[in-house]
Amino acid sequence: MALAVKLDSKIPSGPLESRWTRHKDQLKLVSPANKRKYTILVVGTGLAGASAAASLAELGYSVKAFCIQDSPRRAHSIAAQGGINAAKNYKNDGDSVWRLFYDTIKGGDFRARESNVYRLAELSVNIIDQCVAQGVPFAREYGGLLDTRSFGGAQVERTFYARGQTGQQLLLGAYSAMMRQVDAGRVSLYPRREMLDLVVINGQARGIVCRNLITGELESYAGDAVVLCTGGYGNAYFLATYAKNSNATAIWRCHKRGALFANPCFTQIHPTCIPVTGDYQSKLTLMSESLRNDGRVWVPKKKGDPRPPHEIPQDERDYYLERKYPSYGNLAPRDIASRAAKAVCDEGRGVGASGRAVYLDFSDTIKEKGIDYIKEKYGNLFEMYQHITGEDPYKVPMRIYPAIHYTMGGLWVDYNLMSTIPGLFVLGEANFSDHGANRLGASALMQGLADGYFIIPYTIGDYFANVSLPKVTTEHSAFSDSLGEVHRWLTKLLAIRGEKTVLEFHRELGMILWDYVGMARNAHGLQIALQKIRRLREEFWNNLKVPGDATMLNKNLEMAGRVADFLELGELMAIDALHREESCGAHFREEYQTPDGEALRNDEQFCYVAAWEYSRDTPELHKEPLEFEFVKPTVRSYK
Amino acid sequence: MSTTKKMTLHLRIWRQPTPQTPGRFVTYTVRDVSPDMSLLELLDVLNEQLIKSGELPVEFDSDCREGICGTCGFLVNGVAHGPKRGRTACQQYVRDFKDGETITLEPFRAKAFPVIKDLVVDRSAFDRIMAAGGYISVNTGSAPDANAIPIPKEIAEQAFDAAACIGCGACVAACPNASASLFVSAKIAHLALLPQGQPERIRRVVRMVAQMDREGFGDCSNHGECEAVCPKNISIKNIALMRREYLRALWAG
Repeated sequence: MALAVKLDSKIPSGPLESRWTRHKDQLKLVSPANKRKYTILVVGTGLAGASAAASLAELGYSVKAFCIQDSPRRAHSIAAQGGINAAKNYKNDGDSVWRLFYDTIKGGDFRARESNVYRLAELSVNIIDQCVAQGVPFAREYGGLLDTRSFGGAQVERTFYARGQTGQQLLLGAYSAMMRQVDAGRVSLYPRREMLDLVVINGQARGIVCRNLITGELESYAGDAVVLCTGGYGNAYFLATYAKNSNATAIWRCHKRGALFANPCFTQIHPTCIPVTGDYQSKLTLMSESLRNDGRVWVPKKKGDPRPPHEIPQDERDYYLERKYPSYGNLAPRDIASRAAKAVCDEGRGVGASGRAVYLDFSDTIKEKGIDYIKEKYGNLFEMYQHITGEDPYKVPMRIYPAIHYTMGGLWVDYNLMSTIPGLFVLGEANFSDHGANRLGASALMQGLADGYFIIPYTIGDYFANVSLPKVTTEHSAFSDSLGEVHRWLTKLLAIRGEKTVLEFHRELGMILWDYVGMARNAHGLQIALQKIRRLREEFWNNLKVPGDATMLNKNLEMAGRVADFLELGELMAIDALHREESCGAHFREEYQTPDGEALRNDEQFCYVAAWEYSRDTPELHKEPLEFEFVKPTVRSYK
Repeated sequence: MSTTKKMTLHLRIWRQPTPQTPGRFVTYTVRDVSPDMSLLELLDVLNEQLIKSGELPVEFDSDCREGICGTCGFLVNGVAHGPKRGRTACQQYVRDFKDGETITLEPFRAKAFPVIKDLVVDRSAFDRIMAAGGYISVNTGSAPDANAIPIPKEIAEQAFDAAACIGCGACVAACPNASASLFVSAKIAHLALLPQGQPERIRRVVRMVAQMDREGFGDCSNHGECEAVCPKNISIKNIALMRREYLRALWAG
């Protein structure tokens, strides 16, 4: 699809502090009486989707909310553990909107827009107010006021939390706000639906086609705008901390319909996950970053030290994060902590059966503050670790290793969160907007909710007020065309009747991406990845075996569609990683590093957002230059 | 690290192709199972085996696979979620079963949770109960400062304990009356304990309980099975609180 794409980020001008306020003042409004005439299709009901659906319905719009889970409350935001950042400065430790902004933009290695990040920091304070009003049971101090803790990449305590289940509590808050609108008749729920296509009419997003996952029927829905909140694409790697159903299909289909995909190679590897133990493994489990508040990361100084951890004396341990990054220590940002773990394991100093793990040790804190302190703060995380590994982390140090956790890349959006397809808005992890090349801990929840509660309710009205939207129903030929395409595509998947299962293909793709487009990348490896992915995709379309048919609940068929899309997206990730000849944030190109192994950015050539236009053969690169008017991109140091 | 000795397990699983067709148990055997595998990973392995041999895989719901989303759940040897208490089905591990054991897996059984296919059931009744009042009416943008209302730590903790419910439905499956009281009471307790939940306290309990009845869940008769299988250890005390709330609402007229 050849589009004359022009990237207009619509970033406001003027002083950074007042940009969002001024922008809001200039946005056009839709009158209360007219709002109900607009139908908005919200796809995905995680933090971004549920908060958007609730807030838009409160304004009076007619909302249809779709999710692949059996209930909107199960979206994967629910699994976020550690917390949510907000510049409340309740701790009186010098925090401010500016500091949260600066930490976030620095954390993202100066590859995000100043205006977006500042707005995010500004809105962070409203989020906490909103959530508390909904009844989210945040942790409190004895005086009854809210408690906070530290997270990576920050020297203040600005992370609000609800034990190790912050995502769950925030999502249930957003879900309850949305269910209130279901009760009021302003939101209709469509669970167990998977969006398989975007319907574009006269260049505007006007509907979606989805599959009813129970009956297998294809359904179409028309609307005046589509709000995509379908999360990230980390499951391309197969082993990741994502939920099994998290996928890229919705964003990828929109990409194929003309939405540009930004920075696909910016994928985050979280340093503290439970290591891989066997080839049957279906996912990796995260151990919250908050644990690094009280746990110390170390490996033996000696290579291949066979002794159990408690027999290794203090002076033979290397607390490598504290040694290398004394001012942030164990709270070094995720990309840095992950690479450091890989480095010590590459040196042969990793622990556990596989040698691909490091210790996260709580014994010093237990000695100093007692076991109850740890239990109260991290009880459920310790339990989870014990369930999975069969080991008691109160007695032996946890063994952890980095794993794929989040994707900073996503569909390109302007300041109004609209993609390059008018009427298609993208929120939360599904967009690329705020985290640059690396996301700081406790910032994903903040972004999802900022987008859903506080940004889209303003910007969508401006879109409606500025465009003409002729009445469209699902009778329009664009819907039948799309239905036909989706139907043919499903039939094609089922007709291959080969020998290999979806799971086998997915695992293989995951290995390729992890090995060559993972924590460290180089040109040679990326070329190999491209060849391997293309070969695997070829094999997929000739040798896939999907059981059953399309007229039933068929999870293998669902997975097949998702893996087919990952096989295309994986290639784009490698292309993007290959083209970006610099190291920044989570994108570490081995050719570009400082003498002591830190990321070496190239601001001269790569200070831009790489937005890719879909093409079957050679995707076309569009560049959105990043301008820094208020902060100076510096060498990101946490030493 | 637990032992690496491989195990053989037999899985006796409820197979039901559609809601209308009758179901039956079918027994399968999986060999060379690692004890560190989770129960759901064991089902993944079985499904690969079935697909390769041209059979339809066993359908079961699962998502986060770390015990927080509430998607998974079925009866394992008659117990909702399985032998280890305080865990979901995805948090059960093969190491907790015996080599050579036959494990029976069947869907949650309740009138209000119709079977969709194999181990997959329809729990949308829970969403309809939540829509009937499981919220605090506060529009986006109208909230006061978060620290404007101090809440004693103990109250916040108690509210959290109730709010930890993941809506998996194990409580219903375990209850001889198929009552949803633990689920409903957890939400009522969470909101009734907090100052923010006060204005709608009466309306909430009346409407949620009415919706629970409409969905065809049974009454609670204090068996306590719900609490025993709850993967989040939600206390049955919440049901007592819900009853007090309900009576209070009746008196308030």
